[in-house]
Amino acid sequence: MTEILERISTCVEFGKVDIKSPYPPAMKDQEGAFELTRHALDEGIKPGEILEEALIPAMSRVGQKFSRNEIFVPQMLMAAKAMSSSMIHIKPYYLSGETKRRGTFIIGTVRGDLHDIGKNLVSMMIEGGGWEIIDLGVDVSTEKFIEAAEKHPGAVIGLSALLTTTMENMRKSVEVLRNRFPAMKILVGGAPVTEDFCRKIGADFYSPDPQGAVEYLKTLA
Amino acid sequence: MKTILKGTLKEVVIDTEGPVVIIGECINPTRRKKLVSTLQANDFSYMLELAKSQIDAMADVLDVNVGFPGVVDEELLPQAVIELQDHFDIPLCLDSPNPKAIEAALKVARGKCLINSVNAEEASLQRLLPVAREYGAAIIGLVLDDDGITHDPEKRLKIAEKIIERAVRSGIKEEDVIIDPMAMAVSADPNACRVTLETIRLVHDRLGHNITQGASNISFGLPHRENINNAYMAMSILYGLTCPIANPEKITGLVRAADLVLGRDDYAIRFIEHYQSTQLPK
Repeated sequence: MTEILERISTCVEFGKVDIKSPYPPAMKDQEGAFELTRHALDEGIKPGEILEEALIPAMSRVGQKFSRNEIFVPQMLMAAKAMSSSMIHIKPYYLSGETKRRGTFIIGTVRGDLHDIGKNLVSMMIEGGGWEIIDLGVDVSTEKFIEAAEKHPGAVIGLSALLTTTMENMRKSVEVLRNRFPAMKILVGGAPVTEDFCRKIGADFYSPDPQGAVEYLKTLA
Repeated sequence: MKTILKGTLKEVVIDTEGPVVIIGECINPTRRKKLVSTLQANDFSYMLELAKSQIDAMADVLDVNVGFPGVVDEELLPQAVIELQDHFDIPLCLDSPNPKAIEAALKVARGKCLINSVNAEEASLQRLLPVAREYGAAIIGLVLDDDGITHDPEKRLKIAEKIIERAVRSGIKEEDVIIDPMAMAVSADPNACRVTLETIRLVHDRLGHNITQGASNISFGLPHRENINNAYMAMSILYGLTCPIANPEKITGLVRAADLVLGRDDYAIRFIEHYQSTQLPK
């Protein structure tokens, strides 16, 4: 791998957004993911290469460290922010069709539930896995999930619930989605959700952490 | 301002001047598989155990949440209330997003319960305020409205005012509205706790109402969670938190210490009493 790709990867892993960002302190005044991605493209490196060799491996390392409790939510958010700053330069290539995403992932927190941190972490990690994210936000009705699924044929969908009292709404949404889109892969997650519950309500996959979802999606794309 | 709650025998006074009243949070299915499995089998023994251990750890009120998938909590919540009140005399805080479950539980509950919670969404106000009024219950007013969650303390204060105003108009006594300023995780937003602390200060200084919050999750996604929870709880108490919903086994020592340093515990009587209770053989 070229040196610049390695540097981008390091910036993303440790959350170095751009030259002005004071975080992490050890990388103060150095160029961040934002500048380095620009340089890489200017040097003629393909956006797909930046994605596959710098961003995706960096986010994968971040996800693994998070799963092992070596890093925590704020560090993950910093990494995601650095990734987004790199993506600013890459996004135009997606729009022109020159660079392809692995697929589309629809995500939302179920009806009656306003928790967004877990959902946001998962969507950042999956975006970092090379997917396009359609984030429906929190308190999402079944109708809204259906609407998004209709608009994005072939998409994978993820539902989040953080309360035992809103798991029932998760069940209802999954049931309707399953009937309507039999082939669609449905992921579920959130503190009270379990493997057993996932199976019972007819969803396809449950993971206790974001990295598990990323790994599962790899098997689909 | 004083909010009075009643169990079958015991009366608990929540006073804006303190000392802090502890609402035990442990009767809640989140991360308690055993509570779910026992309740599903219509077995209340584990729930009663959770009640007893919290009362031993000096819970003044018990929060009761028995909502999980596959359960009809309109039936289970009143059953849980009956079981708890058959064994324990302290007041209950009925915790469900389902107004029918709250109403069904109030129908069978003795004393004066607390409803967890009403928010400023029109649907919530219209549905729950008449129920609270009919059964003479106090309410927790969560500072959330039809526009969702705001991160501006002044706006949260406005929402609190709205809930109080609407409650009073429905015939509920002003002092029976306890405000929940809505604690949120600091890992995702470095200002999240600051906003809530500021809301507590505003509600305390300008409205003078009692204040509660469930704050065990502000430390989500970080290590050494208890340090964060404790720092936040102590500051919240300084600003005007009077009845946190928390795990008494973890929080009572800190709460007693906070009351002591705020000059609300003459001769450290309550602090020492709690210390001594922790020294007893189990």
